[in-house]
Amino acid sequence: MGAQVHGVQKFDKEKRQAIQFSEKAMEEIKEIISHYPDGKQKSAVIPVLHIAQAENNGWLSAEVMDKVAELLKIKSIEVFEVASFYSMFNLKPVGKCVLEVCRTSSCWLCGAEDVVRHIEKKLGIKDGETTKDGMFTLKTVECLGSCGTAPMLQCGASYHENLTIEKVDALIDKYRSEGRSRFYTDKDYQNTL
Amino acid sequence: MGRKLLLHNQNVPGINTLEVYRTHGGYASVEKALKTMTPDQVTEEVKKSGLRGRGGAGFPTGMKWSFLAKPEGVPRYLVCNADESEPGTFKDRWLMEKIPHALIEGMITSSYALGARLSYIYIRGEYFYVARILENAIKEAYAAGWLGKNILGTDYSLDLSVQVGAGAYICGEETALLESLEGKRGNPRIKPPFPAVAGLWGCPTVVNNVETIAAVVPIVNEGGEAYAKIGVGKSTGTKLISASGHINNPGVYEIELGVPVEEFIFSNEYCGGIRNGKKLKAVVAGGSSVPILPTDLILKTAKGEPRLMTYESLSDGGFQTGTMLGSGGFIVMDEDTSIVKNLYTFARFYHHESCGQCSPCREGTGWMEKILHKILSGKGTLQDVDLLWDIQSKIEGKTICPLGEAAAWPVAAAIRHFRSEFEAYVKNPASIKDVHHYYRLHNLAEA
Ligand SMILES: Cc1cc2nc3c(=O)[nH]c(=O)nc-3n(C[C@H](O)[C@H](O)[C@H](O)COP(=O)(O)O)c2cc1C
Ligand code: SF4
Ligand code: FES
Repeated sequence: MGAQVHGVQKFDKEKRQAIQFSEKAMEEIKEIISHYPDGKQKSAVIPVLHIAQAENNGWLSAEVMDKVAELLKIKSIEVFEVASFYSMFNLKPVGKCVLEVCRTSSCWLCGAEDVVRHIEKKLGIKDGETTKDGMFTLKTVECLGSCGTAPMLQCGASYHENLTIEKVDALIDKYRSEGRSRFYTDKDYQNTL
Repeated sequence: MGRKLLLHNQNVPGINTLEVYRTHGGYASVEKALKTMTPDQVTEEVKKSGLRGRGGAGFPTGMKWSFLAKPEGVPRYLVCNADESEPGTFKDRWLMEKIPHALIEGMITSSYALGARLSYIYIRGEYFYVARILENAIKEAYAAGWLGKNILGTDYSLDLSVQVGAGAYICGEETALLESLEGKRGNPRIKPPFPAVAGLWGCPTVVNNVETIAAVVPIVNEGGEAYAKIGVGKSTGTKLISASGHINNPGVYEIELGVPVEEFIFSNEYCGGIRNGKKLKAVVAGGSSVPILPTDLILKTAKGEPRLMTYESLSDGGFQTGTMLGSGGFIVMDEDTSIVKNLYTFARFYHHESCGQCSPCREGTGWMEKILHKILSGKGTLQDVDLLWDIQSKIEGKTICPLGEAAAWPVAAAIRHFRSEFEAYVKNPASIKDVHHYYRLHNLAEA
């Protein structure tokens, strides 16, 4: 459970009316809703929030959550309840690339703390912070199911495993030069299982 | 070499595609079940196989299936638990990523047995890309007529889809999973009613782990009795073990239940021994929730018999001297490992993941994390060690779901078997100095 309830932005009616999801996103949302029996469209809230988050630079504002409630014909509070429970939903802005480093047992045993300290030093940020240029956020997370290829980090849809300091450096350089945002919903992903 | 029933084709190029999967015998169990067996006959084979749930609790699958209520006119559901968040466990990801059709085939055959016409695979949100792999495989299966209306021309129809979660270990608990699948916070439900009676949207539901469902494929193909011949006693068949930590060959191994623990750790067929020529110190054999055991007790039971990789042998001696097979998350620690610090990573995990509904779990997990942090900061006292023991003993049995126990057991076991290490940290805080980064990634100069 992500204790991220802090930092929720105030609701802004004008901003809310301006929110439009892309056509592609709307299609995907329609497809997701079709997976559930009639009247059970509330079940789609988590997958739809993932799409909404990617449409909104990686975080969920009050207005975006309200839009999701409207699309699913449920109450705004039902969306907020869910968004505030799950750790993959960000309730405040994040960098373009969120580097999520696993810190649980197997990763810790294999040097996760060194990865975290290296990133902190290299980017000049602490766990939970975003670089001034808005490029990177560092976040330590719990076991991501990659314990045999520890240490590891997730960024968007991609898993980066068997990390070494050199690999972390190369990854950060690559991300910086490409400059784009990365989301869980990205269809291009890298993984190294 | 042990027999492999799930991963035997994992290195075949293209096995993730329907075409190659088919040419290697894929979907035969669907054909056999739908064309030659009644749903109850499929359940009967699963009963005969002795298959036990691979999600952690080890409950007999056939029995669970036969508990499913079947009221007239009410839909029934099969939900696959692909939440896999127990630290040390990554076997389901391995299977789904390498051989996605094995799960889909198992879902079809199992759904047929249960009379489900709509089934879901609930997968943890972090595995988003694995969900994509499954979705592609499902699309292929629909296109080839393995899913959808009138499969193989029979009157059996099935729809299957994948739902992603969004980061919450508790959603692996089956009733929390159902809440999440209904689009809510993952708060476990009070049982009874059990999902077999009132599960998804209040309808009868079976929740099974990925590996359990995949195992139904060889059981139907070769018969329950043939499956039951593999293994030892009530631990039948094969099991996927996720091996990690300080070993030479981390990865997922399919073992025949009954392999000696010592062979599993030291043989080159499996873990390949301890890294860097170090000695073994301790093992967490079944995922973070199960008791940690020191070398002597993991290799041999208290009676001096070789410890085997079975449900019974691993739990021989109860919590005094034994542990559990759990989810098969096998975490190995070498002689330099700080047991206290490792425990701290678990305590932090459970505190983070407690859903907060029950006071003993919500408060207890946070309190244990704080005390361990205090000890690791060099400020602990002997009373703190006793306090830890006291807190963990007051969680067990007093919560809605077993997460409370899962948080308490590792603390109890670490103190039971490694109390001297806790005491050494308290008495001589200087000895803690380097536990935070004893394992250096090469090339990192001290900051
Ligand atoms: C806190 C908690 C987390 C769990 N996580 C998982 C999980 O990630 N995957 C899983 O299959 N079972 C998990 N379980 C067990 C499930 O509740 C359930 O027993 C299992 O999915 C049943 O499937 P099986 O009989 O095939 O093992 C968890 C249980 C608890 C209490
Ligand atoms: S034991 Fe913990 S996780 Fe389970 S219901 Fe209670 S508070 Fe939630
Ligand atoms: S402990 Fe890091 S991925 Fe499992």
